[in-house]
Amino acid sequence: MNDQQLSYREALRLAIEEAMNADERVFLLGEDVGNYGGCYAVSKGLSETFGPARIVDTPLSESGFVGAGIGAAIGGMLPIVEIMTVNFSLLALDQIVNNAATIRHMSGNQVSIPIVIRMATGAGKQLAAQHSHSLENWYAHVPGVKVLAPATVADARYMLSMALKDPNPVIFFEHVMLYNESDKLPVPEDCPDMHSALVRQSGNDISLVTYGGSLSKTLEAARQLAQQDISVEVIDLRSLRPLDTQTIFESVHKTHRLLVVDEGWHTGSLAGELCALVAENCFWSLDAPPIRVCSEEVPIPYPKHLEDAVTPQVEKIVNAVQGLLSKETVS
Amino acid sequence: MHTNNNKIHMDIAHIKFLFKEMLRIRRFEEKCAELYTQEKIRGFLHLYIGEEAVAVGVMQALMPEDAVFGTYREHGHAIARGLSMDKVMAEMFGKVTGSSRGRGGSMHIFDVEKRFYGGNAIVAGALPLAVGLALANKMQNKNNVVTCFFGEGAVAEGEFHESLNLAKLWQLPILFVCENNGYAMGTALAISESQQKIFRKAQNYGLAAHAVDGMNVVEVESAASQYCHSIRNGEGPCLLECNTYRFRGHSMFDTQLYRDADEVEQWKIKGPIKKLKRWLEANGKLAADELSQIEDEVAEEINKAVAFADKSPFEDVTDLHLGVYAEETS
Repeated sequence: MNDQQLSYREALRLAIEEAMNADERVFLLGEDVGNYGGCYAVSKGLSETFGPARIVDTPLSESGFVGAGIGAAIGGMLPIVEIMTVNFSLLALDQIVNNAATIRHMSGNQVSIPIVIRMATGAGKQLAAQHSHSLENWYAHVPGVKVLAPATVADARYMLSMALKDPNPVIFFEHVMLYNESDKLPVPEDCPDMHSALVRQSGNDISLVTYGGSLSKTLEAARQLAQQDISVEVIDLRSLRPLDTQTIFESVHKTHRLLVVDEGWHTGSLAGELCALVAENCFWSLDAPPIRVCSEEVPIPYPKHLEDAVTPQVEKIVNAVQGLLSKETVS
Repeated sequence: MHTNNNKIHMDIAHIKFLFKEMLRIRRFEEKCAELYTQEKIRGFLHLYIGEEAVAVGVMQALMPEDAVFGTYREHGHAIARGLSMDKVMAEMFGKVTGSSRGRGGSMHIFDVEKRFYGGNAIVAGALPLAVGLALANKMQNKNNVVTCFFGEGAVAEGEFHESLNLAKLWQLPILFVCENNGYAMGTALAISESQQKIFRKAQNYGLAAHAVDGMNVVEVESAASQYCHSIRNGEGPCLLECNTYRFRGHSMFDTQLYRDADEVEQWKIKGPIKKLKRWLEANGKLAADELSQIEDEVAEEINKAVAFADKSPFEDVTDLHLGVYAEETS
């Protein structure tokens, strides 16, 4: 089993299957999760195993079925709601922000909402400006929800399991470019807590902080920079709310430099928040201003070359690091 | 009251109980208006005055295990559901003894013990939640009814249509109660809806639905009881449209430019409490001393609630961050 390659989507399916076998309160709800097998085939075959009463196909009513998921959680069930893409989740933003995130608080801590809301996010498949955005930061802005962005097969597998055991509403982002990624699955004990950021690569010259679909690009940039004798530390946030600031600050105290790679748009990005946090908390450790590689301020275009030009790429990351370090040598 | 073969029998004692329940809400709301001018209650305050028959009538049809979702005009729903007036008043004072520890205020009264799930200030926002709770009940083979109140303004929202469709599609045990008071804030139904008979919209989704005189508590109770009976029998969701009227403004800030004072006066003649009082008196069932005794009891309960709210403490500000997330176990 441990040597077997598993895809990101299979890892998610495994987590769902395990939870559904372990607890009959768990069920999956969403558009085309049943007969179709899921827009990104995550739930393929689950309808045959568990039947339509637990793998529930819904009409195209994002607000209705996300709200129904929240209501079912209030009623003692453990729903997993799948939304096809983050762009469609905007139709359910009312239910997520006004109900899921608030009801525990505004009821004076009486009502629990243990729900996991999964959705695809991000660009790379030439799906243009209504299927490709990275709006993780919008959700990470909101107290009352947790926001996860697993970037690896292992995290897809085990962070989803952890999310399903959490008593809070969890928004779970699956980058579209990750579904086909394959890897060996470690044992569960080797997967850290879902709230912890992970140092994916240790280094001394600069901290590169990223998450989700940008992790592999950032690691590739780190590999290229290593060939130029630049030692890069790569941190995978994993959890976007809460943020594991301790891991980030420790890294910056060591490397004295920060670059955040974030597929969200530059303005108002999570990267901006991380730069602010580091400026506030690590100012005296910094040898250079905190910088960002984010998406250009353009809705995602359809043609491949333009789509690539909008989102963070390896070359941009490498150039940004080189630029930052060269400024220091010049001065 | 009991139902037998769908026929409703009510004795005088029960009708007097309904009268007192409505009076409790009326006097409570009048006191709230007074306390608002004294700045004991702040924020938005939406009074239920004029609509008491709807909450009181519908609640009679419910069992303790049934669930209720209210609107932001929900003091009446909460009181009729049996929440303690002390806790409801303390909530409006923002005190830690309030039903939501003061965190919610007038628009977010919750009491899980009473299976009262708010208090929702997003118009139509609670309908999908009610559908979900009914789905959970069905999945757990519970034969309980979920009741969801909303105003006629909510039917313009997509969530109303999505929810009715899902409820019928999944044949859920849910009673939708539309409190049609004619105005979405200041927008009359006639200038906002192409189909102004709300129950017909529900019928189009396949729900059993009809309209009743929402100023007549007996009629409301009777209709709600029959619907709950059929819902418990697994016959699927129903919608009850209650035609009613709010005698006060939308909130305490409303100058009511959108309606004539004469229209309000005409509706007040049909007021639910006035109407039932007239009937009881005409039939010799409510003597003057009995009426004053009821008024005294209600006044005492309200005075006690105000005193409780007044002397209750505010939550310590060091607890500010509590209740945003579940307590971490690790």
